[in-house]
Amino acid sequence: MPEIKVTPLGAGQDVGRSCILVSIGGKNIMLDCGMHMGYNDDRRFPDFSYVTQNGRLTDFLDCVIISHFHLDHCGALPYMSEMVGYDGPIYMTHPTKAICPILLEDFRKITVDKKGETNFFTSQMIKDCMKKVVPLNLHQTVQVDDELEIKAYYAGHVLGAAMVQIKVGSESVVYTGDYNMTPDRHLGAAWIDKCRPDILISESTYATTIRDSKRCRERDFLKKVHESIERGGKVLIPVFALGRAQELCILLETFWERMNLKAPIYFSTGLTEKANHYYKLFITWTNQKIRKTFVQRNMFEFKHIKAFDRSYADNPGPMVVFATPGMLHAGQSLQIFKKWAGNEKNMVIMPGYCVQGTIGHKILNGQRKLEMEGRATLDVKLQVEYMSFSAHADAKGIMQLIRMAEPRNMLLVHGEAAKMEFLKGKIEQEFSIDCYMPANGETAMVTTNPSVPVDMSLNLLKREMALGGPLPDPKKPRTMHGTLIMKENSLKLVSSEQALKELGLNEHQLRFTCRVQLQDPHSDPDTLHRVYTHLKSVLKGYTIQHLPDGTVMVESIVIKVSSSAEDVNAKVLLLSWSYQVQQSPVIFSSEPFNQFLFSSSRKGFRHTR
Amino acid sequence: MAAHLKKRVYEEFSKVVQIPHEEAQAKKLRLSKPSKSAALHVDLCKATNSTDALQYLLQFARKPVEVESVEGVIRILLEHYYKETDNSVRLKIASLLGLLSKTNGFSPDCIVDDAINTLGNEKSHQVLAQLLDTLLVIGSQLPESPAVRLRLIEVACKHLSDTYFGVRNKCLQLLGCLGLVDAPLTKDSNGPSSSSGGARDVQSIISNYFADQDPRVRTAAIKAMVGHSGPQILVPILAERITQGLISVFQLQLHDRGMKIHQIIYDQACRLLSDDYEQVRSAAVQMVWVLSQLYPESIVPIPSSNEEIRLVDDAFGKISHMVSDGSWMVRVQAAKTLGSMLQVSSHFLEQTLDKKLMSDLRRKRTAHERAKELFVSGEFSSGRKWADDAPKEKLDSNTVNLIASGACGAFVHGLEDEMFEVRIAAVEALCQLARSSPSFAEKCLDFLVDMFNDEIEEVRLQSIHVLREISTHITLREDQLDTVLAVLEDSSRDIREALHELLCYTNVSTKECIQLALLELLKNLNKYPTDRNSVWKCLKFLGSRHPALVLPLVPELLSTHPYFDTPEPDMDDPAYIAVLVLVFNAAKSCPTMPALFSDHTFRHYAYLRDSLSHLVPPLRLPGRKQVYSLDSVDSSCGSSSVESAQLFLQQSLNRVSSIQNLETAGDQDLLNFTIRDLQRLGELQTELAGAADFCATYLRCQLLLMKALQEKLWNVAVPLYLQQNVTATAAAQQILEETYKLEFLYSGLESRQVATIHHVRLQAKALQLILTARTRQGLDLLISSCEKFLQEVESFQRLFLSELPHLQDSFVDKLLELMPRLVSCKPAELVKILQTTLRQSGLLQLRLPEQIHRATATIVEPTGESDNPLKFTSGLVVALDIDATLEHLHDPQNSVKVQVSARLPENLSFSKTSFESSFFNRFRLQVLYPDGQSHVIHPKPGDFRKPGPNRHRLITQVYLSHTAWT
Repeated sequence: MPEIKVTPLGAGQDVGRSCILVSIGGKNIMLDCGMHMGYNDDRRFPDFSYVTQNGRLTDFLDCVIISHFHLDHCGALPYMSEMVGYDGPIYMTHPTKAICPILLEDFRKITVDKKGETNFFTSQMIKDCMKKVVPLNLHQTVQVDDELEIKAYYAGHVLGAAMVQIKVGSESVVYTGDYNMTPDRHLGAAWIDKCRPDILISESTYATTIRDSKRCRERDFLKKVHESIERGGKVLIPVFALGRAQELCILLETFWERMNLKAPIYFSTGLTEKANHYYKLFITWTNQKIRKTFVQRNMFEFKHIKAFDRSYADNPGPMVVFATPGMLHAGQSLQIFKKWAGNEKNMVIMPGYCVQGTIGHKILNGQRKLEMEGRATLDVKLQVEYMSFSAHADAKGIMQLIRMAEPRNMLLVHGEAAKMEFLKGKIEQEFSIDCYMPANGETAMVTTNPSVPVDMSLNLLKREMALGGPLPDPKKPRTMHGTLIMKENSLKLVSSEQALKELGLNEHQLRFTCRVQLQDPHSDPDTLHRVYTHLKSVLKGYTIQHLPDGTVMVESIVIKVSSSAEDVNAKVLLLSWSYQVQQSPVIFSSEPFNQFLFSSSRKGFRHTR
Repeated sequence: MAAHLKKRVYEEFSKVVQIPHEEAQAKKLRLSKPSKSAALHVDLCKATNSTDALQYLLQFARKPVEVESVEGVIRILLEHYYKETDNSVRLKIASLLGLLSKTNGFSPDCIVDDAINTLGNEKSHQVLAQLLDTLLVIGSQLPESPAVRLRLIEVACKHLSDTYFGVRNKCLQLLGCLGLVDAPLTKDSNGPSSSSGGARDVQSIISNYFADQDPRVRTAAIKAMVGHSGPQILVPILAERITQGLISVFQLQLHDRGMKIHQIIYDQACRLLSDDYEQVRSAAVQMVWVLSQLYPESIVPIPSSNEEIRLVDDAFGKISHMVSDGSWMVRVQAAKTLGSMLQVSSHFLEQTLDKKLMSDLRRKRTAHERAKELFVSGEFSSGRKWADDAPKEKLDSNTVNLIASGACGAFVHGLEDEMFEVRIAAVEALCQLARSSPSFAEKCLDFLVDMFNDEIEEVRLQSIHVLREISTHITLREDQLDTVLAVLEDSSRDIREALHELLCYTNVSTKECIQLALLELLKNLNKYPTDRNSVWKCLKFLGSRHPALVLPLVPELLSTHPYFDTPEPDMDDPAYIAVLVLVFNAAKSCPTMPALFSDHTFRHYAYLRDSLSHLVPPLRLPGRKQVYSLDSVDSSCGSSSVESAQLFLQQSLNRVSSIQNLETAGDQDLLNFTIRDLQRLGELQTELAGAADFCATYLRCQLLLMKALQEKLWNVAVPLYLQQNVTATAAAQQILEETYKLEFLYSGLESRQVATIHHVRLQAKALQLILTARTRQGLDLLISSCEKFLQEVESFQRLFLSELPHLQDSFVDKLLELMPRLVSCKPAELVKILQTTLRQSGLLQLRLPEQIHRATATIVEPTGESDNPLKFTSGLVVALDIDATLEHLHDPQNSVKVQVSARLPENLSFSKTSFESSFFNRFRLQVLYPDGQSHVIHPKPGDFRKPGPNRHRLITQVYLSHTAWT
């Protein structure tokens, strides 16, 4: 039996460093090639030596597919392609291809220039790596080679995020990457058709969470900002440059527009501007509202949001500032925070999760006095708010996707083991399908039952269709007659006559005979005639002929009578029918004939077997 | 040969056309157009190949065919059909057959046999499908002949096993449309199979195709079963309409025709809900809905348990499930359908808003629940703390149900959907359900309020409207009101006005709410001064709804102080007026309130009562008895006074009708007085203003006409009495104008009145003709105007043929009698006849229609004479906002003209705007510049809003621009 093997190199029962190997129909595909944010050593990247002990990756992998531009899904790409060595195709969507190098470059700068690491990929390597990328369009089927094809579906999450269907013959796997089933202000919801893959590999970040409606969150967020602005306070929103930042920008921008507000909104410059540029370009990847209105006005051409300059922080009057990074641990957001922390009119809104040890985490936990470097302390008087804007599917969303795609097996990655366990149980219970959750390095194997396509001549098909009665219930399997010929790796179904002709064989007739003995004093022809008349009276609706050569034909069944040598009265009734009749039980299933065979003689003539 | 044939056919058909005209117009020759069929036949004969033939047929299809020649054409087409080898031509012919069968007044029973015969030999599937379509048309044209229908059904059944999906589709459609259903239809038919329960057969045949391999056929089968009735058409209404014969029974499919679908299909329908194809799923939603309406109370088992529930609940749950379908079309359909399932039990209904939240397997409360708790605990707007929403108790993983069973959270999903179409459908469904269930209304409030923040304005607007509609059931909590009021700052005028409207109908619970609302409304007023009227109106209702809540706020609102006199506020401040409107309206039903007013408040009351009487109610104030008494008279005898006024109106009309000829001065006086009375009546009784005005104008026309005719000087030679002519000409001109006003300015006219008006106009035209004859000597001119007049008479006759009996003894009546003579005589003679007829004819009595209203328009903006004129630089553009309310207009897009005229003082400024509804039949804004140049602007249809019945609101901008004047 053919098998599909899935081995996570990263993201198996873990978040971060997504990298999954799939072997399907003799093809090996790598899904995502991410890095782990938590490590600074070798564990940062997936262990590519696992893939091939010593050989080249190119020989082993048929293609690499990147689902979206987050570093935990593409961070190790230049390392793999340039430093480990991979020359095959890399597939990603157009927006991902555009934004991914910006992030990689930024990541490289921080690691090499700031932290001073050596033995890291260079800018040139990023460029070389991107040259190997083949862009994908949504719903476009791309043939990687003759057998392997891939197709991208919309995934929400971030701009350009895609789910990928990988198909070899009739076997298929769908990998979701990160996805979001509820639309937000700038992206739509993930969608997939009923493609019934053999395995659905899904992320499970929020496996045990069911989220509240996004409207409450948005409303709260806007209300807080609005109130603070009306009081004359300043609002600081620490964000990471891409993804949520754009959503919040659009949210505030439209709100400002709607409410006719005048207070300035600033966005700290840097890679955001570049990224915004790409957001403007890839309008087709955004949600309905932005797509419909971009002709009048591109929503990403912000009217109210301007670039931030360091000096603006001291300007009087209300303002809103988006600043990086998101956890207030360094950089511009921290500087601004220090300036504004003393005034209780001001506010800081944390839109995402904060890692322990960061200032963000401290203030969220209510710490009001912060120790700064050099024993200085900072009194935090400003209001601290927390709003969760996250673009992963929650447990309900995951279930909804399963319902949409109707997979035969389920495989969970990109989540914590305990949470997966819960979701696994639920999936097995609700859908009664198998669910796997391999750890890193573990292999999950799924045997498939691929259908084998067979060529068949149209004439034969039509002929057999005509036999089977009226058209409805075509969904039921139906048996048909033909000869299967296997020849040079191809299968063919032909009619038996043609098969005989092709193979140069003679046709053999197979006939079944049956002897029925009965006692009858009449002569042979008379007995036959009596049988004939009896049959005629019993079997209505069948053609019964009395042939001159001393036989009776019921359809194609031949009946003969012969008397035995010893006993003249003991007649032997010979029934003979062909194989076809045996197969198509037209007459045999008819009640009257059976009756005739086994009981009619009791009335007409006594018979023994 | 062709020419010969052509000639023959011409003869045949041209005769047919001419017959009806022979008597009436013996003199005129009418050229009859060459008959269709002839030309077609010729063309088809000429066609050498199939492309040509197709071209001819296409050309032929563009022109209409007269009823008389339809059959001939069909014969020719059929004849050609048998000869034709090309599929596309046969297809076109088949479609033409269907088209022709639809011709009004043609009964296609004569071609049924031919059409069925063509089916037999047809090999092409496409043509076959088209032929079946044609049969469908024929069948639905022959509702009265069961035999034909039986035959057609047989044909359909025979072709059901075709391999081409199109043929099967059409067969199913045929079965659905013509399948014998109800007893009255089958009873009198004695066809071979009708007695054996034809309905049952058709249904099971159709349901066989629910499992067809082609999704299109599956869809067609469902459609054939349930028809296209959306949830909008409810079954009882439909049945009623069928019995009334309002809709042709035969256009509808099985269910629509009132045939009861069997409940057995329910299971099949539910299975189809998970079909792979969206159109099937969408149709299946419809079918499940239909079944749930037919058998709401029957019991169905829940699979995998031994419980049972009502069918309507089960269906509700299943359709709710479809709200999270993969295809948005299905989602829209499902969301819409949910709204019309009113019989569902409340338990299921409330589930639709339920979504159990959890985080890390621990239960979490929704923001709504938290808000409610905060409110209950008396703490408000605390600002959320970190981990305020921290999950509470641990959940047992076995009890968590991830796949929503039943209706769980359907609307939560629907309202968050990506496509705004789905969201709007969900909001509408919420509205429908909430209107019938107060408890549900209470529950969905939070969700609707959340929708006020939607990114698409349409959705926001819709949810505000919906909240208004269900607001009778609900009382807003303070925190909810807070969210609602936040929208007042929206920059869209529509949203704000909708919200004002909503606040008019809202109940609030505490005095803080009133204060909050007032505060926000004042803020709104400050930010958008143009909202003044709307805000005031809103406060009026808010005050009159919550007098008890306003009472404790009064000292604060009016800033009175027990010991000190406070400065008198500025009377022109819109905010102060707003506060006063609130207080006065509350005071109306709260007699203790005026005691809290200070002196200037009373003065201001008097002023406002006078200037803004529609916003300030009459109050019982100490020392102001007279105001009170007068108003009370006004309001108390409202209904009876209307009746008496109606009586008066009728009496004055009767009085006038006694006048026959206006030879005496007394008659003229009577008319004069009546007109005066009517005008005064219109001023006094607003309800009858339209009618009174209408009558007065009509009578004035008559008066003018009589005056013009009465001149004793008609017999005298022309040049001497030029002076007299001038007044008569002016009178004729005025009458014409008035009649146009009569015709177009009033709504609710019946054809009788229109005929009367036209009659007066005709008289005026006759008068004009006579005057022309007397003044101008040019004979050509006279002849042409005579001819024109005769044409007018003719068209009058044509237009008001049914009204002619009512016009006996009138001018037209006499004129029509003399018509043969008029046509033949010379202009001079004609004029003479006209003159005598005109003078002899009496006054035509006017009968009042039931309801008659004068179309009016009120300009809200710009206000007439503005102090600061609008200036614009030559060559540049300036936008002028126009805001007007139009009342009693049928079709404002097409029927009103707004005239904006710019005046030219020294500084090229714009100062006056006049508004006038006139009889131009297209809506336009006309801008008149001082140099006489005028621009016509068509407002967009989107500029019209419809706030109420018979009311339209036009909000638009006019762009003014002009080059420099020297």
